[in-house]
Amino acid sequence: MKVIVTVIAKDRVGIIADVCALLAAHGVNILDISQTILQDYFTMIMLADVSGCDLPFAELTRTLHEAGENLGLDIRAQREDIFNAMHRI
Amino acid sequence: MLNRNEILQTIAMIDQQHLDVRTITMGISLLDCAHPDVKKCCDRIYDKIVRRAGQLVRVGTEIEAEFGIPIVNKRISVTPIALVAAGCDTENYLPFAEALDRAAQEVGVNFLGGFSALVHKGYTLSDRRLIASIPEVLAKTKLVCSSVNVATTRAGINMDAVAEMGRVIKQTAALTADSGGFGCAKLVVFANAVEDNPFMAGAFHGTGEPECVVNVGVSGPGVVSHALKACQGEPFDVVAETIKRTAFKVTRMGQLVAQEASQRLGVPFGIVDLSLAPTPAVGDSVADILELMGLESVGAPGTTAALALLNDAVKKGGVMASSHVGGLSGAFIPVSEDEGMIRAALNGALCIEKLEAMTCVCSVGLDMIAVPGDVSAETISAIIADEAAIGVVNNKTTAVRIIPAPGKVVGDVVEFGGLLGSAPVMPVRSYSSSDFIARGGRIPAPLHSLRN
Repeated sequence: MKVIVTVIAKDRVGIIADVCALLAAHGVNILDISQTILQDYFTMIMLADVSGCDLPFAELTRTLHEAGENLGLDIRAQREDIFNAMHRI
Repeated sequence: MLNRNEILQTIAMIDQQHLDVRTITMGISLLDCAHPDVKKCCDRIYDKIVRRAGQLVRVGTEIEAEFGIPIVNKRISVTPIALVAAGCDTENYLPFAEALDRAAQEVGVNFLGGFSALVHKGYTLSDRRLIASIPEVLAKTKLVCSSVNVATTRAGINMDAVAEMGRVIKQTAALTADSGGFGCAKLVVFANAVEDNPFMAGAFHGTGEPECVVNVGVSGPGVVSHALKACQGEPFDVVAETIKRTAFKVTRMGQLVAQEASQRLGVPFGIVDLSLAPTPAVGDSVADILELMGLESVGAPGTTAALALLNDAVKKGGVMASSHVGGLSGAFIPVSEDEGMIRAALNGALCIEKLEAMTCVCSVGLDMIAVPGDVSAETISAIIADEAAIGVVNNKTTAVRIIPAPGKVVGDVVEFGGLLGSAPVMPVRSYSSSDFIARGGRIPAPLHSLRN
């Protein structure tokens, strides 16, 4: 299953490393990354595959969110379908 | 591949513009629960609801987590209890409502609708008993919602029922006086009620519906108002087009959630209700949208036209985004649940008569309106009759959910809390309608030809 992981945070050193380590620890495979600075905020969007993940997806989203809070990052993972439904016919 | 702006737009809609799925409502037929013995009938009702809806809240929460979209309410609608209980030889229908309430609490839903009767042409014995039980039921149960259909375009208006519902509303307010008449917030009087409405308090599972079904109500006034901020000063063509595009996106999301819920629950998908349902949160208001069109306050001349445009554009955009559209579908204008409406009612810009005009062109009717506690039952009945007439003549659903707040006067505010918000007590014209309501009988169905 493909998911979109978005990370929004105040820019600092090591955000990508932190997030990638977190995803790797749960067996999430990153397929694509795009990142930029938007209005002073680091904004990263990842396309990832969670078929090898060691947690049910709903639990992964909670884990990422909580880990993100500890790291000062706003991390969310959502199934790709919701974006496709909204923006693609 | 999706582009960055699209992804961030969806996230902003959810985070900053209050986009949510307002409700996943499971409709359950209780027709097979009928039994002459009250206790057995209640047991069957409880068992069936728990069996059918046991997974509803879990599935809803899972979808919420996986898609990152809040699903505010999980609810149940059931067959009108006046039909289910008709075979029981009992005067008091409270035990049925208590069974519904226990089942709703057991499965963890927010509300359960269907303590209902359809009396647009006349009463059965069961309808009479159910309606007589409503005040006690709403005072003694927590999650049970009640509705009564008193009129249809094909049958006309049952004025005996209209008169009785005025009294029922007053009794309900009196029995729940310690909570500002809260019982009345769980009671809707309809004209042209629909069978697949997922929204409370008026949801019930009609007899034309299947055994079990999942209906979804979307929302998103905040998303529409955000989009309209970008079209300041533009002509209405641009406004309508912008609302349509936004409604399309919101509804696609609702359709996705509906399909997913239907598949996971193993229950057929019924409809998506294309609604703009406000919440008391700042920035999630239908009134704001109308004001963004150029009105100083909702209630100003032009409000009805603005609402007509909004309602129509929401439907036009939404209908293409869903395989089946139904329910009430349109903009809701519940006063206590909309921060902008509350403000307008408090400063006198919005009166009941203007709201009544607005109900001619929007989703439902006079919704969540508090009036002084000394307003008579006959006056409430007359307000219901006016709303029913609008629905019957214009071939649309209308409803009245009105709270005669005990001991409150114009200028007071009744706090209900949560999504039900706070209702400013609005003035009602003091001229009497008693002789009008005392007539009883039926107002005949209207003519629908010779339309000039």
